[in-house]
Amino acid sequence: MVLALLGWIDQPRKFRVDPAITAELDQIRLMPNGIGGAPPEIDFALGQPYENDSYNLSQGKRLYTWFGCSSCHGDGRGAAGPSFLDGWWLYGPEMVSIVASIRDGRPHGMPAFQNRMTIEQIWQLAGYVQTIGAYRAKVSAPSRNDAKHTRPSENRAPAAIIFDEGPVGVDPEQGPNP
Amino acid sequence: MGLFAVCLSGCNGTQSALDVHGASAIHLKHLMLLVIWVCALVWLTVMVVLAYALLRKRRVAAEVNAGADNRATVIVSAAVGATALIIAGLTVASFYTTRLIDGDGDAAMTIAVKGEQWWWRVTYMRDGTPDFETANEIHIPVGRTVLLQLESADVVHSFWVPSLAGKQDLVPGRTNTLALRAETPGVYRGQCAEFCGIQHSHMAMSVIADDAVSFERWLADQSAESLKPAEPEATAGQAVFLGKPCAACHRVRGTPSAGTTGPDLTHVGSRDTIGAGLMERTRGSLAAWIADPQTIKPGNNMPMVPLTSDELRAVSAYMESLK
Repeated sequence: MVLALLGWIDQPRKFRVDPAITAELDQIRLMPNGIGGAPPEIDFALGQPYENDSYNLSQGKRLYTWFGCSSCHGDGRGAAGPSFLDGWWLYGPEMVSIVASIRDGRPHGMPAFQNRMTIEQIWQLAGYVQTIGAYRAKVSAPSRNDAKHTRPSENRAPAAIIFDEGPVGVDPEQGPNP
Repeated sequence: MGLFAVCLSGCNGTQSALDVHGASAIHLKHLMLLVIWVCALVWLTVMVVLAYALLRKRRVAAEVNAGADNRATVIVSAAVGATALIIAGLTVASFYTTRLIDGDGDAAMTIAVKGEQWWWRVTYMRDGTPDFETANEIHIPVGRTVLLQLESADVVHSFWVPSLAGKQDLVPGRTNTLALRAETPGVYRGQCAEFCGIQHSHMAMSVIADDAVSFERWLADQSAESLKPAEPEATAGQAVFLGKPCAACHRVRGTPSAGTTGPDLTHVGSRDTIGAGLMERTRGSLAAWIADPQTIKPGNNMPMVPLTSDELRAVSAYMESLK
């Protein structure tokens, strides 16, 4: 009963985060090879909203179409660009890596979106991209598609084996091969 | 009496089914008044009879004779007959009105209106092919019938300009038509009349009925390409517009921008409002909108674009210059 009431309470929504927080979000510390690193303290202080919060994931989903991600990455299965749901992460599945990929670009054609998106949008989009290819189903999910699904939905578990078998034993969480 | 006057004051203005300026709306108002007066008359009659029945002296049972029973039968039968007649009459009147407002045989021009979350894409057609596109403001020549082709890009919307015509739904996957004919020049406000999402209440449009000369002038202005920016600030704004993601969704004819997702901005400086009737179009409101569209109209499909304050000033100057 209490839980139901708690769920009913609407989450307060900020359409624009404070400039101080945006400045902090930009301060990701990447490893020298550009893979992995430490997220800014503010991400933990806020409770990692860009990975765990349905609103931000939904915003990321909208940004995915608005900024033309699908022209290279398709519906998440990849085309000219790599796939997000085959279980392979070229730069790792950490938020910092994905944020860095979007913000600064990567070799072989990934453009930098630094001047086209705000850092908050980049974090939202990164959270969504991470969700597409998550090994474990997240508790929160972005809104469902209005159109027909062309691939497994974002909040299914585990990503890779449903769609693309991939190499055996990439992650023990993937379970046995189908 | 004062309260009555306050209530009635809502019946005038640019958006009222009782302040009619269009052929369809006039027919609809006549039908409305007919139904209201007939029902008022019936209600009054019933009330008078009821009052009579309550106030008259009660008779003792012995006085009730067969004659009174017969009289009651006649009265009740007559009332039932009158009810059937009145309902049938109102039905016929309603059908007749529907036939009157369906007339679109001699449309002077066709305009395609597409409802999108949460604005109106307006495409003027010439000989069956799209001529130019604008948004949220529909200019029509006064005294001529204009045929609207209503479509939807996402969910069901409804086109309603109460002063000119009745409602017509915009349904995804099909084309509905609505004949508009304004009898007097003026600006008539309308809005989406079918709940279509979080910003349904901010999905307004205006229909502007111009006399023949100003309409032709407006048509010529709109079908022309955008004006070249004259001032250095606006020129800088054009560079920002083309270099930033703006041009990916918006089009300004006469420049390389070719986006079709958002409203066509070729002549945005000539419109009265922005954001589908949300704000008056001023340079300030343009800048505010560009700076933070999600706070002004939460949920709409325009993302915030990172701009420095100089870029924002330049872009708003450029938008304002697009007359």
